[in-house]
Amino acid sequence: MTAFLLRRLGQGLVVVFGVVTFTFVLIHAAPGEPFADVLEDARLSPDALAALRARYGLDQPLPTQYGRFLWGVARGDLGLSLSQQRPVAAVLADALPNTLLLMSVALVLGFAGGIALGAAQGARPGSRFDRLTGSLGLAVAALPEFWLALMAMLLLAGTWRLLPVSGMIDPVLHPYLSPAGRVLDVARHLVLPAGTLALIIGAAVSRYQRAALLEVLPDPFVRTARAKGAPRRAVIFRHALRNALLPIITLGGLAVPALLGGAVFVEGIFAWPGMGRLVVEAVETRDYPVVLASVMLGSVLVVLGGLIADLLYAAADPRLRRA
Amino acid sequence: MPNVTPGSVAAFADAVTSHPRPPGEPPPAPGVLARVRAILRRDPAGLAAASFLALLVLAALLAPWITPYDPNQQFDLLAQRRQPPSGQHWFGTDSFARDVLSRVLFGARVSLGISFVAVLLASLLGTAWGAAAGWAGGILDAVMMRVVDALLAIPRILLLLGVVALWGTLSVPALVLLLGLTGWFGVSRLVRAEVLAARQRDFVTAAHSLGAAPVRVLVRHVVPQAAAPLLVAAALGVGHVIVVEAGLAFLGFGVPAPQASWGNLIRDGFDAFTGAWWLTVVPGVALASTVLALNVLVDRLRLALNPRQLHGP
Repeated sequence: MTAFLLRRLGQGLVVVFGVVTFTFVLIHAAPGEPFADVLEDARLSPDALAALRARYGLDQPLPTQYGRFLWGVARGDLGLSLSQQRPVAAVLADALPNTLLLMSVALVLGFAGGIALGAAQGARPGSRFDRLTGSLGLAVAALPEFWLALMAMLLLAGTWRLLPVSGMIDPVLHPYLSPAGRVLDVARHLVLPAGTLALIIGAAVSRYQRAALLEVLPDPFVRTARAKGAPRRAVIFRHALRNALLPIITLGGLAVPALLGGAVFVEGIFAWPGMGRLVVEAVETRDYPVVLASVMLGSVLVVLGGLIADLLYAAADPRLRRA
Repeated sequence: MPNVTPGSVAAFADAVTSHPRPPGEPPPAPGVLARVRAILRRDPAGLAAASFLALLVLAALLAPWITPYDPNQQFDLLAQRRQPPSGQHWFGTDSFARDVLSRVLFGARVSLGISFVAVLLASLLGTAWGAAAGWAGGILDAVMMRVVDALLAIPRILLLLGVVALWGTLSVPALVLLLGLTGWFGVSRLVRAEVLAARQRDFVTAAHSLGAAPVRVLVRHVVPQAAAPLLVAAALGVGHVIVVEAGLAFLGFGVPAPQASWGNLIRDGFDAFTGAWWLTVVPGVALASTVLALNVLVDRLRLALNPRQLHGP
């Protein structure tokens, strides 16, 4: 087990290193440079510009810059943001918790809803409920997340005014609310972005869950449980569903990259101050250190997601523990 | 159990032996097309999806001849701006007084065309990479697959967004190239798995021992084993690329401005969201129905290509 864990962590490290290197090459190969907003200012003397570049180490050859970045990461120093004039770590510390909140709520809601729906569909395949929710799920899975987000915003926040349109807190009232009121305020702002992501995840999960349940139903252990006289409900939910949960665990690991991608749109549309928005802004302002650090963080999340899924899989399936 | 008389046994034996096929040859398996047709006949949803896609492709191909107006023609900006759907303009007009129906049909050309070519490119790249890795094995395989792992660890939309935002607006061929170059990672994994499985099979050993060159064995005998999953992945991929392209366009990094793509149309409509819903809803529904139809068809395709599942629960 320890050997497996170490090997996977080592592989993960290689993957993260590869992603960061690739990103470094990519952003430096592209046209444009940082400080574009001040570069056009005629009052900026060449000396001042050179000093600005030297201050952030941008005058060094690329291999040196790359080496410095890696050395900094190894010491836990992510450098300075070029556009916000503060440490990258502080920039990330502001954005990451918001994204994690959004993602974890979406993951939990999406998987709980998707598993329940898929199990209910799989328990009665071909029923009217199965066909109706199945087509709905297929339709939701076909929708681009940004369009779904737009429609949700238009109807729930725009036309019916049930929920706040965007942001994470009420810009005016939030500081005056009681602690419970503040939590409620964030929760209200969370409904639309997390709900959009959860809907998309749930649609995918339910399809896999339904298929997985149908796959184990003909298995001998299910027949044995039935032959022993266990009630139908117990057979499906206690015996079959538990075994049919295995493929879903893998899906959980795969959901992380999908969520990160979806977060770019959902955070952008609902003005949720998280990593998705941060990355888009950092790319636009050529804030190299922030781009590198957030890409690195994103790939760490992806690798960890896969690793946790594998561990859960091993915990759930005793046959894999010896391998 | 019906009565078994000597006569019926004889008739049975006669029926078996008088079969026109030479002895030893299995009955011909129905072709994939025949199975698709058989499945569609019993399945109205699949039939609807297939007809919708066929009509859409036809409409996209014939767009210059069947659209009521030129997609970029501006009508009277004062009188005809953001007109709701009417007999004259079935899907209304947009913020520049252009006919939305014409733009959606021309947008279909761009969105479908881009996706189709990009997926073709991605399938070729992924097949080459995955087949090479699976066939080579050992260290090379491990290295090639770790590269794929690293590339898969970056959400595709972020990768695309990074490239497009860094390089600014892209021409259509550049966009297709980019979508193709970022779409092959999953395909390569799939092909590698099929190649690994096929390497061990008897017909591959047979081809080897008959003296076929390794490359010939790979290309002629092993890679074709991946055809069915490749086809399914490609069909899913087209739907995916349509969505990705629309997403890029929505963020402002799509096909350059006056040209219509579904993503551009949704983005343009977003600005006039509350007053003119049809600008966002019409292209959105077109996009969603296309992807939905593709997904429905992929389900049927899976059944047709994997007949073992046909009689499943």
